[in-house]
Amino acid sequence: MSGNDVHVEFAGVSKSYDGRTLVVRDLDLSVRTGEFVTLLGPSGSGKTTILMMLAGFQTPTGGEIRIGGRPIQNLPPRKRGIGMVFQNYALFPHMSVGANLAFPLEVRGMAAEERQARVGRALALVRLEELSDRRPGQLSGGQQQRVAIARALVFEPELVLMDEPLGALDRSLREEMQYEIRRIHRSLGVTIVYVTHDQQEAMVMSDRIAVLRDGVVEQIAPPEGLYEEPERAFVASFIGENNRLHGRVAGMVDRDVCEVETGGEMVRALKVAPCEVGDHVTLSIRPERVEINPEPGRYRNELRAEVEDLTFLGDHLRVRLAACAREDFIVKIPNVLGHGGLLEGDAVRIGWTASDCRALNHEGGDE
Amino acid sequence: MAGNPARRARLRALALVAPLLIFVGVTFVAPLATMLMRSVHDPVVADALPETLALLEGWDGDGLPAEAVYETAARELERSNEERTIGQVAGRVNRVQGGLRSVFTSTARELRDARLDTGAAQDTWRGTMTAIDSAWADPAPWHALRTAGERFTSRHYLNAVDMERLPDGAIGRQPEERRIYLRLFGRTMLVSGAITVLCLLLGYPIAHLIARAPPGRADLLLVLVLVPFWTSLLVRTTSWIVLLQTQGVINDVLVAIGLVGDDGRLAMVYNMTGTLIAMTHVLLPFMVLPLYSVMRGIPPQYMSAAASLGATPLQAFLRVYLPQSLPGVGAGALLVFILSIGFYITPALVGGSDGQLISNMIAYHMQTSLNWGLAGALGGILLVGVLVLYMVYDRLVGVERMGLS
Ligand SMILES: Nc1ncnc2c1ncn2[C@@H]1O[C@H](COP(=O)(O)OP(=O)(O)OP(=O)(O)O)[C@@H](O)[C@H]1O
Ligand SMILES: [Mg+2]
Repeated sequence: MSGNDVHVEFAGVSKSYDGRTLVVRDLDLSVRTGEFVTLLGPSGSGKTTILMMLAGFQTPTGGEIRIGGRPIQNLPPRKRGIGMVFQNYALFPHMSVGANLAFPLEVRGMAAEERQARVGRALALVRLEELSDRRPGQLSGGQQQRVAIARALVFEPELVLMDEPLGALDRSLREEMQYEIRRIHRSLGVTIVYVTHDQQEAMVMSDRIAVLRDGVVEQIAPPEGLYEEPERAFVASFIGENNRLHGRVAGMVDRDVCEVETGGEMVRALKVAPCEVGDHVTLSIRPERVEINPEPGRYRNELRAEVEDLTFLGDHLRVRLAACAREDFIVKIPNVLGHGGLLEGDAVRIGWTASDCRALNHEGGDE
Repeated sequence: MAGNPARRARLRALALVAPLLIFVGVTFVAPLATMLMRSVHDPVVADALPETLALLEGWDGDGLPAEAVYETAARELERSNEERTIGQVAGRVNRVQGGLRSVFTSTARELRDARLDTGAAQDTWRGTMTAIDSAWADPAPWHALRTAGERFTSRHYLNAVDMERLPDGAIGRQPEERRIYLRLFGRTMLVSGAITVLCLLLGYPIAHLIARAPPGRADLLLVLVLVPFWTSLLVRTTSWIVLLQTQGVINDVLVAIGLVGDDGRLAMVYNMTGTLIAMTHVLLPFMVLPLYSVMRGIPPQYMSAAASLGATPLQAFLRVYLPQSLPGVGAGALLVFILSIGFYITPALVGGSDGQLISNMIAYHMQTSLNWGLAGALGGILLVGVLVLYMVYDRLVGVERMGLS
């Protein structure tokens, strides 16, 4: 397998269950061989539907899905050679762990010895060698999860789909499993399409993340890209925390920077969404990129604010300010800096660079 | 201090369930116990002829009993005649050995006249009784009387499995022409097994369909399965007669489309075929419901998982779905089998002579021959059989997995 050829490709795929509303709209997405791509989106955004179309349990209403360049519309699920990890594992409760793993090999008519060897290897991969004789019901959630992953890998598919596989696990186990899945992905080099609504989970494992909303891909980018350079207001607020300021474009500074009037203040922002003077935009500013009481003159964007609320959170101090006619402007101060004796009610100045303030499409939903 | 309110609460709870307990006791436990009691306990003869039976204890069984026995027997038979219990006594003796009913009734009836008629008096009671019926010159009635006189007896159970106690006290098989019950038990098992298999073959796909249907449709289908439950059993059975009889709907259709000739109409009712068809229909819901309740608990994801792992639909069904539905198969099969070995109305109506089952024989002994002891013994054997089946099922599958809840 070479690193860069396209493995899975969605071309203009759409899906409607009832013939009226489109659950997936005109999806274009390509996944490279060996890549870990996560579909991230809120509940009901169509993640499972996309996965099920790829696995063959749902048929697209329009468009085409190709694997390795070949359309797969007419292949039944069992012939697609895709390993699938279901949200609730779907381990066969009446078979031992070993039998569960042997099942895909048996139905392929593999000889017993070869089967044994492969099952052994798959169990070793997820570090569960000793549990081969147990029933799924006798395993912990995390162990069941590992077995489900091992079963999806044991017949050596080149493509593995996972639908919120960690949804049922508690927080610490979930984090452990995230690294486990990442390790497995790196050691096997299979292509993985992963579904989750947990942005942190997506950040930990993915090469690229596709953020979905209402059946539409808002942005596809590597984790850093999504965080640092969100292109849509929805992405900015879905990935990490941000301050959203609604305003109107007052003027153009140059090709990339515009001036926005928000809450009675004039702010310089990076022009991300195409906009004209007079357009409504949403400004997105990450809380850790804002400095309190900076050296005077350091930033072009410098405003007055009042400290409303201080919360000490160990690694950082979370400051809630009233600024730009809002009372929920958040600033995070890392614990290395100390907090300079801030008190509730203090009048302060805040500042940030224009490149950390992104003017995105106007999203009026929450005002 | 806390004990008092707690006890009062317990008493109140008990008082609330008391009507149910009494109801179950009166309508279920008591009849069952009575019938089982009757199958081993029969005091009629022992109460009517106590002294005779006591004297017969000392009889060696060879030759005729002593004159004293005849004398006591004559007295007690006469009394029994006056107390009008002789009919029951004679009936019970007759069951031990056929043909003795009239010997006992006529002897008891005529003894009095024979005794008064001293002119022709024989000098011994043996002579008097033998004069009334020559059977008394033979040990046979005495053997029969001794057997019938056992207060606690195994003869009903022996009888129910085609055995009897021979005059020498050993246990042997009944004569060829009286062996009917074992064959009937066998046939009942066979027919019940066949009905169970038919119900399973018909019920499995139905239950699967309902379990996989979207909720609204599933309710509708369930109602369709349950409609027969709401129709009188009698109506359902008789409508099968309408359908199946020689001049019935099905035969008419077959003749009309020329599949069978008018003189070759099929006999589908008043025989085993009728019993099989009608009972399968009547018992089908008992198969579908437990199957459905188990299948509903099998997430469809398992089949998707099997398919994604490369299994063909058949492989997925055989390896993944079927094993998980087995508790339902077991529960349904057990239910149908148990119900059919005790089924009565349907075979009685559509079974003709060769479609009768053991329960029809029990009914016969309850209502017609009035041999309640034998009816109790046959029922007792049936009950033990059912309990054994239940225990086997519990061992193999586990009753808690039946999924009837
Ligand atoms: N079988 C179905 N029939 C009809 N509508 C469906 C079906 N499955 C999903 N939908 C609808 O399609 C939309 C997308 O569903 P989907 O399951 O793909 O969302 P999702 O992103 O996986 O959400 P979640 O995070 O809650 O799993 C939802 O509005 C849902 O109601
Ligand atoms: Mg989903």
